[in-house]
Amino acid sequence: MKTYEQVFSELNRTALIPFFVIGDPDFDTSLAIVKTAVDSGADILELGIPFSDPIADGPTIQKADIRAMKSGIKVKKTLEFIRKIKDYKDIPIGLLMYYNLIYQYGVERFFVDFHQAGVNSVLVADMSIDDADEIIPSAKSAGLDTVFIVTPNTSPERMKLIVSKTTGFIYTVSLLGVTGSRSELSGMVEELISKLKKLTDIPVCVGFGISCAEHAAAIARAGADGVIIGSKIVELIEHNLGNHEKMLAEISSFITEVKNALRIHSNL
Amino acid sequence: MKYKGRFGDYGGFYVPEVLIPVLEELEEAFYRFYQDEHFVTELAQLSKDYNGRPTPLYYARRFSEYVGFKVYLKREDLVHGGAHKGNNTLGQGLLAKYMGKTKLIAETGAGQHGLATAMIGALLGMETKIFMGVTDIERQSVNVHKMKLCGAEVIPVEGGTGTLKDAINDALRYWTAHVMDTFYLFGSAAGPHPYPTIVKYFQSCIGSETRRQILEQIGRLPDMVVACVGGGSNAIGIFSGFLNDKDVKLIGVEAGGRSLASGKHAASLTTGRVGILHGAKAYLLQDSEGQVNETESVSAGLDYPAVGPEHCLLKDTGRAQYVAAEDEQVLDAFELLCKKEGILPALESTHALAYLISQKGKLNSETVVVVNLSGRGDKDVSIVEKHRPLKD
Ligand SMILES: Cc1ncc(COP(=O)(O)O)c(C=O)c1O
Repeated sequence: MKTYEQVFSELNRTALIPFFVIGDPDFDTSLAIVKTAVDSGADILELGIPFSDPIADGPTIQKADIRAMKSGIKVKKTLEFIRKIKDYKDIPIGLLMYYNLIYQYGVERFFVDFHQAGVNSVLVADMSIDDADEIIPSAKSAGLDTVFIVTPNTSPERMKLIVSKTTGFIYTVSLLGVTGSRSELSGMVEELISKLKKLTDIPVCVGFGISCAEHAAAIARAGADGVIIGSKIVELIEHNLGNHEKMLAEISSFITEVKNALRIHSNL
Repeated sequence: MKYKGRFGDYGGFYVPEVLIPVLEELEEAFYRFYQDEHFVTELAQLSKDYNGRPTPLYYARRFSEYVGFKVYLKREDLVHGGAHKGNNTLGQGLLAKYMGKTKLIAETGAGQHGLATAMIGALLGMETKIFMGVTDIERQSVNVHKMKLCGAEVIPVEGGTGTLKDAINDALRYWTAHVMDTFYLFGSAAGPHPYPTIVKYFQSCIGSETRRQILEQIGRLPDMVVACVGGGSNAIGIFSGFLNDKDVKLIGVEAGGRSLASGKHAASLTTGRVGILHGAKAYLLQDSEGQVNETESVSAGLDYPAVGPEHCLLKDTGRAQYVAAEDEQVLDAFELLCKKEGILPALESTHALAYLISQKGKLNSETVVVVNLSGRGDKDVSIVEKHRPLKD
């Protein structure tokens, strides 16, 4: 199984990490979408398991969660989804989700089952580093990396603590706010990346609000090892619910465009 | 964070990293100011002059005759704004002022907490935004209007069923993007640490007054204290005065909605399973995988799938017992209190009265029961009218 470490050491440019809600808008379409993303050049996948109350997400991903749940996606069914993706291509997968779903599944069993299905890490949106010991032992013994979040208002001491418990990559939130596409980058991200880079060699991946190739290139210039693009891609699903062919084509060309921007940047 | 905010294993602060610094700041400020001389003096003064505390403890003679035991009502319906919510909003509002914050946000279900926050926003000259589900905006329209009159902006929340849970989701999301200058004035003894502790503290005046008043009036402690439970703030407020009085039974009454069997209710403690929502580990109404259930209750203020963490612990230790009252029982109790006492109770508070009616004939005539009448029912008149049209 391919690790984050392998991906980051093989790449001589910033990794492209698209985010999708598993089962949005339904299991089969979602599978086709994620395969398209892989074919178009995704280096790592960030996948969400839909939750009824996603407090860290803006309207776009909330609606994606609702579409996925309405189509009948269950936590158990996401295991099958992940296996199918891994059968298609051995690409690292990070989950992004909410704690109650893990808690109800049983923390230990969750990490074992999802690692077996092919997941490399599980980022819990509503768990801070203070409670991370509720999941770290299970994640480690199942063989997963432990990814945590740093935000622009994280204090230097907390940043050290978070870095000390993180493996794989640091999920760096570019702004103060929930997920959602934005027209501009926040202006907080360059400083945050440079602070992290001084602190650690763990790859720094930046997400939240990154909405176009120029944003991605700017993040790459600031020294990030990966860019995570969620809401902007999920919008392409939302806008093309009636036309799957167009949906896949737009997702493919968007990912290709961002990837090209990252390539060009690395050749400069 | 300095403290863990746990009640047994319940509670905690399960929130996104971005909210940790503001919760830390809030915790630090609360412990700095709650015993600060200026803060204490200002709070005491405004509790008296603005909120109208202490509230009376009233012996409801005709209601007592009906149920066959002695019923005392703690008149939180007489707090300025019409509910106990004003105790907490005054306390947290002052805290916001002492912290130098200039903007308030709050969630609301019944609109009582929203209204109380709007009033404090006006009192302190702070910009106030209230998040309220669209279902609740419709069924509690009188309060929406009052909030606007007090200068607050009411932000409609479309998500989910448009009720309290959804309002909290959006208030948390808004806060995430405005952590630098905005104070989130949380309305119940629930949510992430330090809110359960802060809200309990500002509501504990209900319990301490009640204890003193009942001793003054009858020279002994009550046999039972009963309160409705949504998130649990009015209940923990009155229970806090009696937690160490082991002979005083504590009963919390949740929303039984259409019926417990129908699944259309909001009785988290009575029927829920431990889970994590809105920053805390607590009893939660959810499906087998952990998706949170939609709830239903005639009272918007109790229409919430989780509950404050301290109540979870009180349930487990057996110190308090939790039961549910169904909508029809509640509507009966509403009519009864109006007829017997000339008091219109909030539908939330009426759940506690419905429990008393269910005890008619089961308790002996010397039994003394105190009910926390947490709010007044003016806001609910049209709901009651819809369910029980008046006959000419
Ligand atoms: C009058 C009244 N009582 C009770 C409640 C329920 O809240 P809590 O359980 O926090 O007291 C509400 C909430 O809106 C209310 O308005």
